[in-house]
Amino acid sequence: MSVESTAEVREDVQEERKESLWVYLLLGAFLGMIFIKSEVASWFRIQEMFHFRSVHMYGIIGGAVAVGAVSLIVMKRFGVRTVRGGEIHYPGGEEKEPRRQHILGGICFGLGWGLVGACPGPLFALVGSGIPVMVVGLFGALAGAWFYGLMRPSLPH
Amino acid sequence: MFELLQRPWPWWVAGPLIGLVVPFVYWYGGRKWGVSSSLQHLCAATLPRKIEYFRYDWWKKGAWHLSMALGMLMGGFIGGRILSSPDQVVAITDRAREDLVALGITDFTGLVPSEVFSFGGLLSLPGEILVLVGWFLVGFGARYANGCTSGHAISGMSNLQLSSLVVVIGFFIGGLIASHLVLPIIL
Repeated sequence: MSVESTAEVREDVQEERKESLWVYLLLGAFLGMIFIKSEVASWFRIQEMFHFRSVHMYGIIGGAVAVGAVSLIVMKRFGVRTVRGGEIHYPGGEEKEPRRQHILGGICFGLGWGLVGACPGPLFALVGSGIPVMVVGLFGALAGAWFYGLMRPSLPH
Repeated sequence: MFELLQRPWPWWVAGPLIGLVVPFVYWYGGRKWGVSSSLQHLCAATLPRKIEYFRYDWWKKGAWHLSMALGMLMGGFIGGRILSSPDQVVAITDRAREDLVALGITDFTGLVPSEVFSFGGLLSLPGEILVLVGWFLVGFGARYANGCTSGHAISGMSNLQLSSLVVVIGFFIGGLIASHLVLPIIL
């Protein structure tokens, strides 16, 4: 199965989407604020997590997964549709199967995460919070994503 | 109220709030929430060259990711500039602080150590490795694994995906190596 079929890259349903980008803008602002105020975007917190010194980061990720998982179980159980009545596709079947790209990509990401102490969402928030050097970080992350695109045909998946 | 918002938000508030984003994005857009796809869309928009991975209608697929990313910049400004003062100290545990002092960190103000994450720090070798190599690996790894902390650790695990659990295990293998073995060498 090719990587094309995974959720992110799939040519999605052709239906006309009448989503408002404003909603996503507001959602992003909400998240950016949380990332800063809960210190998820803090290098100190991420080091604390990798040294197993506090419950903080585990509580945030665990709490998010708990709420997310219960919500999705309820939504699937009651066949909840989108706000416009469309059917919701949850990743399933082969998309749930671990492949080499998951462990290898995960390790690469983890190596970076342990060094810079923030993941992509918090990176945007850090740029916005006015830490100038984070702009360099953003270009670094873009370079990494671009290099992946370049190398993808020759990487094990 | 404003004063309450200005203090750091506890994990038991932040975690569930982030978790609610997963059902919200499914309900509103029928989409799986994730952040790092925005990096792919930005590459596709600016420098696709002849690379197959970047040859698609990035606006159609990615406008929502990019709007959210722009929102995160704004939220970072609100959270960092309006709801925080720049001299705030992140209240990590004493033991974590001792670990970092042992690494040579002395300035604990702000969200990130200014010794490393500043343009001055960038001129030193440790700063360069941390910022350039570190972020390169984050961008590369997030796309290689097809998702980052949001798409896999939170959205994927919420959907009970074994693949996402494997990714998270990878995050920790890499992160433990970086934090315990690599940082002591370069700092």
